This record gives sequence, structure tokens and C-alpha cells, in this order.
Amino acid sequence: MNVEWYIVLSALLFCTGAVGILIRRSPMVILLCLELMLNAGNLALVAFSRMVGNQEGQVFAIVVMVVAACEVVVGLGLIVAIFRRRLPLNVDDLRELRG
Amino acid sequence: MEAVLFFLAALGALGGAMGVIAMRNPFYSVLALIVHLFSLAVLFLLLTAAFVAAAQVVVYAGAVMVLYVFVVAYVGGGGESAWEPIPGQRFLAPLLGIALFVELSVAVLSSALLALGTHGPDVEAGFGDPAAIGTLLLEKFLLPFEASSILLLLAAVGAIVLAGRKREETA
Repeated sequence: MNVEWYIVLSALLFCTGAVGILIRRSPMVILLCLELMLNAGNLALVAFSRMVGNQEGQVFAIVVMVVAACEVVVGLGLIVAIFRRRLPLNVDDLRELRG
Repeated sequence: MEAVLFFLAALGALGGAMGVIAMRNPFYSVLALIVHLFSLAVLFLLLTAAFVAAAQVVVYAGAVMVLYVFVVAYVGGGGESAWEPIPGQRFLAPLLGIALFVELSVAVLSSALLALGTHGPDVEAGFGDPAAIGTLLLEKFLLPFEASSILLLLAAVGAIVLAGRKREETA
């Protein structure tokens, strides 16, 4: 398969994640959509690394995975903290920090 | 054969992604994301990235998703309110998503990267296997490797500080 196909698929997955972030209200699902977008970026990185025949792009993909794992851990910690304080788990209600 | 596998995996990845944003219950969203991650691992294998595919399945579909399932089970999947602060957000957002996709596709298809239309160069058998990636990580990318391990440690400490129960709350 040509590399083009992988890149277009990755763009499609990225847009799906972006739409999810715009239409969903639950912070948990928004974190899942962030995962979708990061994974789309990973797919593009690995596809480009295959295109130039260089393995270093795959190392970048692994670093992206590490960052995504950190983001998930901190995000889920925040969700648990919000839940403990009996606040609503809805990004539209949690708008006090908004500028 | 490769094309069939690509389209099956692409269908799985897209279906999983759609499932994540369409499911009402966050628990089903997590399950859809697991389908998505497994399909992506197949795509990584097609791109001869064996180690990334293995890490995807073990780290993501294994560890991270278990974390998600625990938190969803702890918090519970509440229904989302229908109140919209921006009128028409539900209809506007997919339109903007489609616009973004068209934009990205135009950028890809009209780019000057001639190699995009090829399969990529032929690579030797060890391309992207754990030995090659491990050598790269420990020799050329040693500093980023150590930095990411410190980042993971900081994230773990941060999560404990954020979510940990305070003494006075339990008393």
C-alpha cells in the first residue's frame, strides 16, 4: 500500500478525534478523543518513517506514547479528584477557570 | 493480501474511532477505543514497525485501557446534559471536522513529497524490530529516553497527589 493511504487515514482519524472533542461533554470521553488524535499522529509518524526508510520516526512514535500515557494518568487523576469533590463531570459546568 | 489487510485494519480503526465519539456510555467508548488500538497495531505491523505495534498492544490496549476501565467503573457513566452553551454545536462540529479533513487531504495530496505515492524503499529484515529500536533508544536517543522516564515518574507522582485521599478527609 502506498504511504498516501496511511497519511489520509491518519488525517481522517485525527478529524474524528477533533469532532469528538467538540461534541462530547464528559471529560472522560474527551480524554479518549485526545488519545485518538495522538494515535493518528503516531500513525503518520510511523508511515513517514517507512516512507524514508528510517527507523528514527518510530522512536518518536514511542515518545508520543509515553507522553500520552502521562496525559492519561494526570487526566484520570483530575477526574477522580473532581468526582471526590462531588462536582459535575461535565466540561460545560466546570467552567470557572475559563478566562 | 496486504491491501485486504490494510482495508480491514483501516475499517476497524475508523469504526473504533466513530464508536468512541458516538457511544452514550463511556464504558462502551473505552471498549471501542480498544478495537481502534488493535487495528492501529495491525497497521503498524504493515508498516514494518514491529516494536511499536507490540508496545501499542501491551502499553495502550493493556495497561492504559485497564486504567480507563477502572476509572469509568469508579466514577460511573453519567448521562450528558442536552444543554448547549454554543447554539448548534452538535451540527457545526462535524462540519468543521470535515473541513479540517479536506484541508489536510489537500495538503497531503498536493505536497511535493514524491515518495508519498510509493510503497517506500525496500528495507532489510531487521527494520523496526525491538533490537533496532532498542539500539537507537540507548545510543542515539539516550537523553530523550531518560527524559521520558523522568516524565513518567513525575506523572505518577502528580496523579497520586491529585487523586490521593487526604488524611483529614478520611478522619
